[in-house]
Amino acid sequence: MEVETMHETFTGNIHSLETFGLVDGPGVRFVVFMQGCRMRCKYCHNPETWKENCGEQWTPKALLKRALRYRMYWGKDGGITVSGGEPMLQVEFLTEFFKLAKQEGIHTALDTSGNPFTKEEPFYHQWLELIKYVDLVILDLKEMDPQKHKKLTGQENANILEMAEELSKRGVDLWVRHVLVPDLTDDEDGLKDLRLFLDKLKTVKRVEILPYHTLGLFKWEKLGIHYSLKDTPVPSEEQVAKAEQILGIEKKNQKER
Amino acid sequence: MKHFEEWEGFKGRIWKEEINTRDFIQENYQPYDGDESFLEGPTEATDKLWGILQGLQKEERAKGGVLDMDTDIVSSLTSHGAGYISEETKDLEQIVGLQTDKPLKRAFMPFGGIKMAEEACRNYGYEPSAELHKIFTQYSKTHNEAVFDAYTPEMKKARHNKIITGLPDTYGRGRIVGDYRRVALYGIDYLLEEKENDFSNCGCGVMTDDVVRLREEIAEQKKALKGMKEMAKIYGFDISRPAKNAKEAIQWMYFGYLAAIKTQNGAAMSIGRVSTFLDIYIQRDLEKGIITEKEAQELVDHLTMKFRMVKFARIPSYNQLFSGDPVWATLDLAGIGVDGRSMVTKTDFRFLHTLENMGPSPEPNITVLYSSDLPENFKKYAADISIRTSSIQYENDDVMKPVWGDDYAICCCVSATKTGKEMQFFGARANLAKCLLYAINGGVDCKTKQQVGPSYKPITAEYLDYDEVMEKYDIMMEWLVDLYVNTLNLIQYMHDKYYYEAAELALMDTELERTFATGIAGFSHAVDSLSAIKYAKVKTIRDEDGLVVDYEIEGDFPKYGNDDDRADDIAVWLLRTFLAKIKKHHTYRNSEPTTSILTITSNVVYGKATGTMPDGRKAGEPLAPGANPSYGAEQNGLLASLNSVAKLPYEWALDGISNTQTINPDALGHEDGERINNLVNVMDGYFDQGAHHLNVNVFGKEKLIDAMEHPEKEEYANFTIRVSGYAVKFIDLTREQQMDVISRTCHKTM
Repeated sequence: MEVETMHETFTGNIHSLETFGLVDGPGVRFVVFMQGCRMRCKYCHNPETWKENCGEQWTPKALLKRALRYRMYWGKDGGITVSGGEPMLQVEFLTEFFKLAKQEGIHTALDTSGNPFTKEEPFYHQWLELIKYVDLVILDLKEMDPQKHKKLTGQENANILEMAEELSKRGVDLWVRHVLVPDLTDDEDGLKDLRLFLDKLKTVKRVEILPYHTLGLFKWEKLGIHYSLKDTPVPSEEQVAKAEQILGIEKKNQKER
Repeated sequence: MKHFEEWEGFKGRIWKEEINTRDFIQENYQPYDGDESFLEGPTEATDKLWGILQGLQKEERAKGGVLDMDTDIVSSLTSHGAGYISEETKDLEQIVGLQTDKPLKRAFMPFGGIKMAEEACRNYGYEPSAELHKIFTQYSKTHNEAVFDAYTPEMKKARHNKIITGLPDTYGRGRIVGDYRRVALYGIDYLLEEKENDFSNCGCGVMTDDVVRLREEIAEQKKALKGMKEMAKIYGFDISRPAKNAKEAIQWMYFGYLAAIKTQNGAAMSIGRVSTFLDIYIQRDLEKGIITEKEAQELVDHLTMKFRMVKFARIPSYNQLFSGDPVWATLDLAGIGVDGRSMVTKTDFRFLHTLENMGPSPEPNITVLYSSDLPENFKKYAADISIRTSSIQYENDDVMKPVWGDDYAICCCVSATKTGKEMQFFGARANLAKCLLYAINGGVDCKTKQQVGPSYKPITAEYLDYDEVMEKYDIMMEWLVDLYVNTLNLIQYMHDKYYYEAAELALMDTELERTFATGIAGFSHAVDSLSAIKYAKVKTIRDEDGLVVDYEIEGDFPKYGNDDDRADDIAVWLLRTFLAKIKKHHTYRNSEPTTSILTITSNVVYGKATGTMPDGRKAGEPLAPGANPSYGAEQNGLLASLNSVAKLPYEWALDGISNTQTINPDALGHEDGERINNLVNVMDGYFDQGAHHLNVNVFGKEKLIDAMEHPEKEEYANFTIRVSGYAVKFIDLTREQQMDVISRTCHKTM
């Protein structure tokens, strides 16, 4: 009883909810965008989620109740995705939320950059508890080269790669994503390195290229943060196709439209 | 019991004892749960004819929207000689018959109102006949003249101020769906025989108003049936007997429909639910080996081509209401029978396939009667065609079937009707957003400054008090509904008298059920305004005459469209309250009153006539269409919005609750298989909650903007989008409506 009460009182900081998420995991999904991220990716399209300790407060139970209002749309494949921001910054809340979701038999996906991951305690134990309730991790691998990664995101990537290996070792399904920015994250060697890394992982179910877009640019302006990629173009279809070829991505069943 | 040799191989008994198309269908159709792989592409003839027709459509657009018009022939069943898509290719046309003697030429139809018929001509540079003018002003009366003779000053004022609006007093009320299948199944002679019987049995000899009226109507119906035979003869066909094969069945059925569109220019001229019926004939021919799949598809393609050619001469004010030249040739597919069997046949696939064989098109207005229990293969094929053409709408069979049975058709954009057994009195709509402003301003219209409603005490407080507003809204709505229903009673009386739909009603039962279809405009804005008054602080801003003309909103308030019960409960309350008030009144011919929340493209025009609302919508801005949440109100994505709309009980809005949504293809999934599954899941989830209707568009905003800027591009010639309750070619919308559509587009997640 006591434990339950405790769980009732802690809350997560949520930036926003999207009831109709169709590209962040399989099927139709309820997507929770958590507040707070320590990466400072130059192309981030959600910079308003960087700030920690703000946003709307939700208890895990209330959030699940809300999500369940959309269950009839999920069919066999859909479910819940927690994205952000960086959800693992609020690992306890996240664990409790996913635990409740799993009790309802819901498919759970975690969309993360991996940045908070560390084998140090107390985080590591918390993380081990978390992944018990995660069906799919959607992992953004921004850059293989440590220096470039640091330059691009302001953070190291060793722990991120280590997390990918841990997930593989523990049999957790992975979708790996890579944002393709011309002249920044599209060099052939980098992509090849990424492919080699992916070959070592046993649980990668899907690899996706996310072409860089400028639809989040206005948010930077609104927040008054300098945007360093102002003159960077979006990648052409050929550039995307080339990167997909290097990463060995096959496009299925694309009809003309 | 009747027997015709044309019925060979058909099972069942009741449909032979009486006119009963439904029984024939149920006894004979074969459900199909396979996939679309059996379908055939277009034949050479189809490609050729469709090519010619597209050329004509292009020419029509280049000429400002009308290719050709009659000015001196009053359209009737036999007013014109035979017409073909082109004289040289007439032998290629498997299914024949045009409204006039030339393709896309618009007929002259004065019975709804001579002024309108003439205005339509002049608007497109044609000079109507002086003789006809004389006849229809000096010797014969029209519906429009009759209505205006009888209107009260109060009705005229309310109409002028557009608090009741879109009324069928200047155009045909439409919405009456003849059971055109009867022509194929029974032939005209048998139908005539039955009408003779009904005529003999009409009344007991005491000539009450009702009996006299009905006797005259049956007489009109008999004349129409005879006229249909003559009309078919002009094309070389004898439709006195039943159709003997698929080709004849389609042709006979089409002649029934052609009779309707030659004699009526109703706002909606629906075809009905014909696919399962026609499949029985096609299947019989396939089994006999006298037709191939390719030929079967050709018949369906050619029939559909005819539906794509239906045209009426309209006046500019009509076009503003219903933009893009729609006729609502609504054609229904799928559904599930009362016995639980799916009514999907191969011909349901064939009709969807016309959108591939001949590309997207707004007409016919293809409507899938949806249930999550439909065969998976069909659901997926429909979703696939939706994603590729945005030309399909979906309506919930699970909620309609208990009310209308399993042989209903959609008679307008979204309203159901029992085929052959029921007629609707279409009654446009009352603007409940504007009514709220009247409640605040004591019946004075803040746009025209006229005292339109009764001069009840206006609100004088600086800040709006929820309880006070609700009390005043209630009594103002009471006034509005009373006036609205009585205006409609008057209109429907005159329509029956001066513009009776003899051809359609000849193909229906003599004893009919009747529904009295009212409607609501400005729904979401009325709801959000009440929510703002309840949950935020709304300050009134008055002009020099003391009229409230603007509002300042302090604080947040829940809006309809976010699955938030605080706002959605107000929506449910508003619908229920309006319907309850309607039901208090006498309705013409003891019809069953219903209501709807659907506004078609008229939301733009209605918005122009509506002042600033307490929800923040500025004066003149478009209202949200149908039951859609207001633009910008949705904060949590599409499904939250769908859940809000799904809370409105269909049982309280039996005339329909329309919802139009646009989804960006990239947001719907990464690849086609995913997109199809996701769309099917969305529809299953929405309709399983009891929601009524969904228009599905799949395209991005960029495409709309490009189409608006470059309408001349080949790729946009047939670019079709779903708007509230129907489909239009995007480039045929006015710029204003295009902007409205763009601003409402679309659901896209990052």
